[in-house]
Amino acid sequence: MQKLLLLGDEAIAQAAIDGGMSGIYAYPGTPSTEIMEYVQASKAAKENNIRALWSANEKTAMESALGMSYAGKRAMVCMKHVGLNVAADAFINAAITGANGGLVVVAADDPSMHSSQNEQDSRFYGKFSLIPILEPSNQQEAYDMTRYAFELSERMRIPVLLRITTRLAHSRTGVDCSEPVKQNDLKLPDNLRQFVLLPAIARKQYRELLGKQTQMEAISAESGYNRIIERSDKSLGIIACGLSYNYLLENYTDGKIENPVLKIGQYPLPLDLVNELYESCEEILVLEEGYPIIEELLRGLLNKSKPIKGRLDGTLPRDGELNPVIVGNALGKKYPQGQAVPELVKNRPPKLCDGCAHTDAFLALNEALASYGRGRVFSDIGCYTLSALEPLEAINSCVDMGASISMAIGAADAGLVPAVAAIGDSTFTHSGMTGLLDAVNNNSPITIIILDNSTTGMTGGQTSSAFGKIENIVRGLGVPEEHIKVLKPLRKYHNENVAVIKEEIEYQGVSIIIPRRECIQTLSRRMRQKAKAKTMNI
Amino acid sequence: MKKDIILAGVGGQGILSIAACIGLAALEETLYLKQAEVHGMSQRGGAVQSNLRLSSDPIASDLIPAGKADLIVAVEPMESLRYLPMLDPNGWIITSINPFVNIPDYPEMEHLMKEIWKLPRYITLDANSMAKDCGSIKAANMVVLGAATPFLGLEQNSIETAVKNLFKNKGNEIVELNLKALRAGRNHALKQI
Repeated sequence: MQKLLLLGDEAIAQAAIDGGMSGIYAYPGTPSTEIMEYVQASKAAKENNIRALWSANEKTAMESALGMSYAGKRAMVCMKHVGLNVAADAFINAAITGANGGLVVVAADDPSMHSSQNEQDSRFYGKFSLIPILEPSNQQEAYDMTRYAFELSERMRIPVLLRITTRLAHSRTGVDCSEPVKQNDLKLPDNLRQFVLLPAIARKQYRELLGKQTQMEAISAESGYNRIIERSDKSLGIIACGLSYNYLLENYTDGKIENPVLKIGQYPLPLDLVNELYESCEEILVLEEGYPIIEELLRGLLNKSKPIKGRLDGTLPRDGELNPVIVGNALGKKYPQGQAVPELVKNRPPKLCDGCAHTDAFLALNEALASYGRGRVFSDIGCYTLSALEPLEAINSCVDMGASISMAIGAADAGLVPAVAAIGDSTFTHSGMTGLLDAVNNNSPITIIILDNSTTGMTGGQTSSAFGKIENIVRGLGVPEEHIKVLKPLRKYHNENVAVIKEEIEYQGVSIIIPRRECIQTLSRRMRQKAKAKTMNI
Repeated sequence: MKKDIILAGVGGQGILSIAACIGLAALEETLYLKQAEVHGMSQRGGAVQSNLRLSSDPIASDLIPAGKADLIVAVEPMESLRYLPMLDPNGWIITSINPFVNIPDYPEMEHLMKEIWKLPRYITLDANSMAKDCGSIKAANMVVLGAATPFLGLEQNSIETAVKNLFKNKGNEIVELNLKALRAGRNHALKQI
């Protein structure tokens, strides 16, 4: 079969296409976005009629994928780590219902928070829901494990979690692909009550899930993704999970690792293998790209075992991603000190693009709020979060998808009037609509700015579920027509925009202001494509 | 053969097309390759870099160990200095001297150049004017790639094939422009070594 140059994300997508997937569901989020984008651009996916559209949020994506699994077909759902929080209700319960067609959940974690608000480790979710987790160490394993994950899911009749991290997701290398398989036929679950989690059924299903744990562990020990690499120096044994295995190998480019290594790529942990390493070595070093999950288990509550080294004892940093040097230092390797960064090199933080509509919207908002003082704007997740920084310094919160509206409600209840929420169009339909319903029912004196750039901008301009629907949604949720205002965020309309915002801020109820202008990135992409189409016609 | 390369610039300056050319050329020579990119938030006018590793043997880490990079290839002078801790003591810096000023405290050009001139091994070039001379300022990143070619350990032929493949959809004129820019950068570097 062919060798392709693929990002880790793309390797997963290609494997899912080759692996007989019938549908993929996702909400964009760095570093997971490219999985869906790859399927959307794939010719093979189109030919095989693979369903590949963005969902409104990770929860709806998870549920749709579960529905496809119910119908007997293979489905994938992808999200960034914090997206799994949004999908958690469906995700945890999908472990209880179990799967029919293969169901693979991809969670892309972002240690060091390159593009995220925390660095939570999705392996906790896998353990919490008692399902198998696969954690590839490189792009080839990402491909192979995705293929395997669908088979494992159908064999065990449960969802499988594929956990990746930023560096694997966004690094490109050659990947060998294997023979594609056909999609499943439509097939209902043998037991039509399998997905009915009434307490009496759920209790039975949960016991079945618990009963599968021993078999899952046995499979972990035999799959080949967990294995001990025997070495003679038993003063130290190394457990290397996922990507950290590469950083370990990087320190031994001659291939001569002195200490035994347990490479971990599949969970639940194979206890016999862990025990074998533990018993044969004097100390254990645990390398995990993420939270110290295995390390904590090995240490136990009282840490009375033999020395366990890792993130908890300071051998490795407690937070952030690993790299070859950090791992090398833990192994006592010496690295040459590179030159220091000269002092004149200044930080160059990300910022809103020149000509971005958000800038004009926030300039108007800042002026409209000037007489009230700072500290009144609750915001959300998206490009516009950058308005927290200089020069705009326009917003005062960014917590989770949709929090702007709900936090403004609470602050207004506490007496902070006016309180303003600023949320993007895609974030609004992801998780802002329910907060707006609360605000309407509460008659909260808040002003909600829905920054409509007609795309999901931060992740690179994916289709926004909100497109063309915002006025109808807010009207439907009960916002009075006279308090729904659409603005054109351009410098030349600045004064009128300020006046409209001021007026709505003074109104003692819910008002919606929609500054609407297309993202200049998607606009220029569209123009380029248009120009290209034109030349081709000639 | 083993080359570890840091590509540096500002979001939107096109370091990923440099990476793509080197990547295609490496594939042509059936080398192993790993290329870690930056996506997401940092792309918005912020500092961006890509770790590009080529080798005749399998490559373990996606990230280059600090102090081990053979080359820093930068399309912006201040960005060329940001990754100095990554550079091997015997490594080279190849950088455009055209500043991308989008922050208020951008250093004086004179000070910046003095800092670069302090380094033991560097190639500096006015990629913008060289690209303009070749026909379009848009080819500035190909000029910088050209200046890096003597250090990549790849055949010039495979790099030119890669450039052709990368731009072939845009027509013959664009391909020729980029090849011209590539060669201009290469000749400039060969004179400076």
